[in-house]
Amino acid sequence: MAKAWRWFHQLGSPKYLFQKTGQWLPWIWGATLILLAVGLYYSLWASPLEARQGQGHTVRIMYIHVPAAALSMVGYIAMAIAAIVGLVWKMKMAFAVVRSIAPAGAAMTFLALFTGSVWGKPTWGTWWEWDARMTSELLLLFLYLGFIALHASFSDRSKADKASAILAIVGVINIPIIYFSVKWWNTLHQGYSVTQKGALAPEFQVPLFTMLAGMYLLFAALVIMRLRAEIILRNQKSRWVMEWATADAKKVTHD
Amino acid sequence: MKTHRRNKLIAIIGGLVLISGAVALILYALSSNINHFYPPTEVSQGKAPMDRTIRVGGLVAYNSVKRADDGLEVAFTVTDNQNTLEVRYEGILPDLFKEGQGVIAEGKLVSKTEFKATKVLAKHDEKYMPPEVEQSLEKYGHPVQSKSTEY
Repeated sequence: MAKAWRWFHQLGSPKYLFQKTGQWLPWIWGATLILLAVGLYYSLWASPLEARQGQGHTVRIMYIHVPAAALSMVGYIAMAIAAIVGLVWKMKMAFAVVRSIAPAGAAMTFLALFTGSVWGKPTWGTWWEWDARMTSELLLLFLYLGFIALHASFSDRSKADKASAILAIVGVINIPIIYFSVKWWNTLHQGYSVTQKGALAPEFQVPLFTMLAGMYLLFAALVIMRLRAEIILRNQKSRWVMEWATADAKKVTHD
Repeated sequence: MKTHRRNKLIAIIGGLVLISGAVALILYALSSNINHFYPPTEVSQGKAPMDRTIRVGGLVAYNSVKRADDGLEVAFTVTDNQNTLEVRYEGILPDLFKEGQGVIAEGKLVSKTEFKATKVLAKHDEKYMPPEVEQSLEKYGHPVQSKSTEY
């Protein structure tokens, strides 16, 4: 039992987490760039148009919109889980993770709303409708921004961590509402294409799934970079950070 | 897990359950107002208000779209396969607007069978297919548009 939990406690150590993420980062970035290059090639050139979306290329917006929307929700769930870990186990690194996810999650939410709006104008005939799917996704953007603002409003970091963690946990209720909105109510937004068999023609699946994988990794890379900055920020006075910083400075002056 | 941690976890999860319950009740109470639109049958039964801006929704009936020779005026019939409603509209129709396709029109009722729309929205269903697939489906007689289970 003790051994099974070791990785969990190790990740709670800022130094260990900083070193591990430093080792992962180049691999994640490499895989991200490859997947996004292949995915964008399929999305923008090597995939067919859609039969009914008259402006022809509007279907290509989906390859950014669907991953962005998925990550906006997955990111928030990850934030809520990390917030629970932080509050229950009093793990400072969990709070650092929560705070690192917020900006990337907010960016994905904005991207989902923006691409959806650009797609909606030619296909539906409107930039925006107060339909259940769109309104709940807009609420998600405000939850992310609210989290960032709430955290910034405290001068004491541990108070900021705890108060904003509670907001992150409460806000997770919105996630099933977003996901099931198209099922529970009559929305302008269409139902599930990705998970429903036969809804999405195979020609569209290849670019979409490649872009999904690429965007997930991009999201992970952004969160990890932010997390590393957060670890340094929170441990400025630790010896290992001092040593890391001076070693880096020496390298710069020698170069 | 240590007792104080377990108690904290239970408190957090309990709190979440309670707030979820409250949100569920609010959404349940509001469910009839969340993007509600009237199908032609409800309009013909007189359930839709005459003097307010409302939304009506249904399928565009086949062979019902009439466009003016000059200008952007268009008239079509919206059906829910039981009753129909004549819709008049002046403006640009969305790409997806097509006979057999689902639409939502916003505007005011002129009578129980006539509607003056100020906005027409097309509904995209969950199916995405390349043009060739649609052509072959049309050729072999399978209806492409889903039979609007959405409405």
